[in-house]
Amino acid sequence: MLAAFQERIREAAARGAPLRLRGGGSKDFYGGALEGEVLDTRGHAGVVSYEPTELVITARCGTRLDELEATLAANGQMLAFEPPRFGADATLGGCVAAGLSGPRRAAAGAVRDFVLGARLLDGRARELSFGGQVMKNVAGYDVSRLLAGSLGTLGLILEVSLKVLPRPAAELTLQLELSEDKALEALSRWAGQPLPISASAWRGGLLGLRLSGAPSALQAAAKKIGGRPVDPAQTGRFWSGVREHADAFFAGDAPLWRLSLPSQVPALGLAGEQMIEWNGALRWLRTRADAAAVRAAAQRAGGHATLFRAADKAAGAFTPLSPVLLRLHRELKAAFDPAGIFNRGRLYPEF
Amino acid sequence: MGEALPAAGIDEARQRAVARALRDFLPGRAVLWQEEDTRPYECDGLTAYRSVPMVVALPETTDEVQRVLRLDPLARVAVVQPGVRNAAISDMAAPFGLYYAPDPSSQIACTIGGNVAENSGGVHCLKYGLTVHNVLRVRGYAMDGEPVDFGGEALDTPGLDLLALMIGSEGLLAVATEITVKLLPKPLAARVVMASFDDVQKAGDAVAAVIAAGIIPAGLEMMDKPATHAVEQYVGAGYDLDAAAILLCESDGIAEEVEDEIARVKTVLERAGATRITVSRDEAERLKFWSGRKAAFPAMGRISPDYYCMDGTIPRKRLGEVLNFIGAMEKKYGLRCPNVFHAGDGNLHPLILFDANDADQLRRTEAFAAEVLEKCIAVGGTITGEHGVGVEKIDQMCLQFGAAELALFHAVKRAFDPQGLLNPGKGVPTLARCAEFGRRHVHGGQLPQPGLPRF
Repeated sequence: MLAAFQERIREAAARGAPLRLRGGGSKDFYGGALEGEVLDTRGHAGVVSYEPTELVITARCGTRLDELEATLAANGQMLAFEPPRFGADATLGGCVAAGLSGPRRAAAGAVRDFVLGARLLDGRARELSFGGQVMKNVAGYDVSRLLAGSLGTLGLILEVSLKVLPRPAAELTLQLELSEDKALEALSRWAGQPLPISASAWRGGLLGLRLSGAPSALQAAAKKIGGRPVDPAQTGRFWSGVREHADAFFAGDAPLWRLSLPSQVPALGLAGEQMIEWNGALRWLRTRADAAAVRAAAQRAGGHATLFRAADKAAGAFTPLSPVLLRLHRELKAAFDPAGIFNRGRLYPEF
Repeated sequence: MGEALPAAGIDEARQRAVARALRDFLPGRAVLWQEEDTRPYECDGLTAYRSVPMVVALPETTDEVQRVLRLDPLARVAVVQPGVRNAAISDMAAPFGLYYAPDPSSQIACTIGGNVAENSGGVHCLKYGLTVHNVLRVRGYAMDGEPVDFGGEALDTPGLDLLALMIGSEGLLAVATEITVKLLPKPLAARVVMASFDDVQKAGDAVAAVIAAGIIPAGLEMMDKPATHAVEQYVGAGYDLDAAAILLCESDGIAEEVEDEIARVKTVLERAGATRITVSRDEAERLKFWSGRKAAFPAMGRISPDYYCMDGTIPRKRLGEVLNFIGAMEKKYGLRCPNVFHAGDGNLHPLILFDANDADQLRRTEAFAAEVLEKCIAVGGTITGEHGVGVEKIDQMCLQFGAAELALFHAVKRAFDPQGLLNPGKGVPTLARCAEFGRRHVHGGQLPQPGLPRF
């Protein structure tokens, strides 16, 4: 398999022909242009090593995310960043390349926070290994974390080692009626207190809060926060609706924006409907408002706006980079992929 | 190690030109160039490596690099200059019930700028993460002189995660002038369990058993008998001096949660063969138990003229094997080596005791350390968990990485610093250096210079 990948890469590099690195294709909608011939990574699959007491799993890029998570669940563990799959075919390689994290992100960390090591093929088809299977490692630059969210622009991720965590002993979801302003204010205030909040989702005057931890901690926190407990039979579907964008909020064809902001920023007052996650740090917005206006509002607030799902992405998927950052991106791209063949235009049209 | 790096060879004309150029925008007293003034800057805490700088430029006052620019309890961030001490951030955040989580043992002295350069951890990083997990933004200058932000105050930024690349890069990629850190709510309660074991392997297995029980302790540290004996004389932390190893396992959270977890931890440790278990009764006792661990390095300074601290990380399950290997090296090189271990995350700090005035001890220490680092690589670990490569471990980089990875590191460096001006010669060895090292290096546990008389 590896030799076949290398051959494809060498051949494409020699021709300067773009290659589109693709797993299950569940995130084809995400990011910029899809250019080039598909290089399907799904044949390179399987868990390489997993020892629950080391808190590390290593698996190949084509491993299905649902199978990986089922393996962890069978051992009472989980991917704490709750990556969205957006489809049954989602693979580990795509999960890391997309760098998307789910509801637990504000409490537990993002994909990049759990990446411990990676093997990849660079644009010269060299097999490279960075990081490892240990928690702390500062030998050399942290290239494996850099791969998280790189959208396949730096190389073909062959294998990834991820830190895993035990599943919480108990979970409890509370529901509170709060306006957007009040919810944002309360979320920032609670986030500054030692409360076991592991997820938050506000929409249309209702705030869902998930608490995770020891039963004693959940009871104490629920008393402090108030609201009413949601029937445990409903909570799984509610949070997977948020994580997988299966919630009714995500239906329909209005462009979906992803605003990443400092959590304490008050309501932006943009036209359209919102779902707020991550204690206020992630705001999904359905709007037909002008892209420049949405981006400017997010930037003024100290964040950025991504055109996440839309029929027309002429405005660009991601907020443009400053000239100095664009230069660094181009130089890094050239270091990894001198012929510029991997997922060209997927992150930015310039490379 | 051992020889001063060539201090000579400073081109006087060049030195004068650089000093003059710096004086154009710095006060005269901030620019040092005469050897009596520059000599104090020839080394850091590890005095075995020395190189007299050509010119030293100082901030006018330390206040220029030690300011806290903003502390926002609602946003839970602090914006500080790189010279701010790690512990000072938590001290300032304390009135708001917040703190900065990474707590290296040197936290009363080490600065956040250095923590960013080395991706420092601490005794609580299994649960709360390393510097990379707790820094939101590094602001500074790219090598073309342009101001640049890596990261931001939101939880992510568009494009590649250059912040992850900056953290732990040993100052090789850009110049940091401002760092934004996350502040976390201080847990309401914390207690620590101290457990004794009559065998280090049993203590290592106990660590795995705690994790297997689904517990992520706030801190999980191990010290072997020579280490506890050294610190006990120094701080009187109340350690069990009969134990072959002790574990410190901390739980934090709300009071009820801590009680539950402590009870579970005790059960697991008892089953794992702990010979004695003590739980801290109050905050004073908790701090006392930790005081020994946190004073481990200075305590070595009291029982030995010098100590050399290693920093390998290994998969936890290989702990017994690696400690036995270190024991064999103590005999082989005739040097003592107490061990302290961030057991939760596999980061081992063996401390080789030696006398730097004895050239042969220094050479033996070097060979000892090199063999241990190579052992760390052999068991699937790394040569440095949080102290960095610098010039000290640069040869071992040739063993941990192949030529293709090293070439890519150099390409990353060129992307940021095309002229190679930042910390030249550190962090990543040249391929030529690795080729030379390969010629000197003998595999199979043999000494690099077997002809030298030892002991």
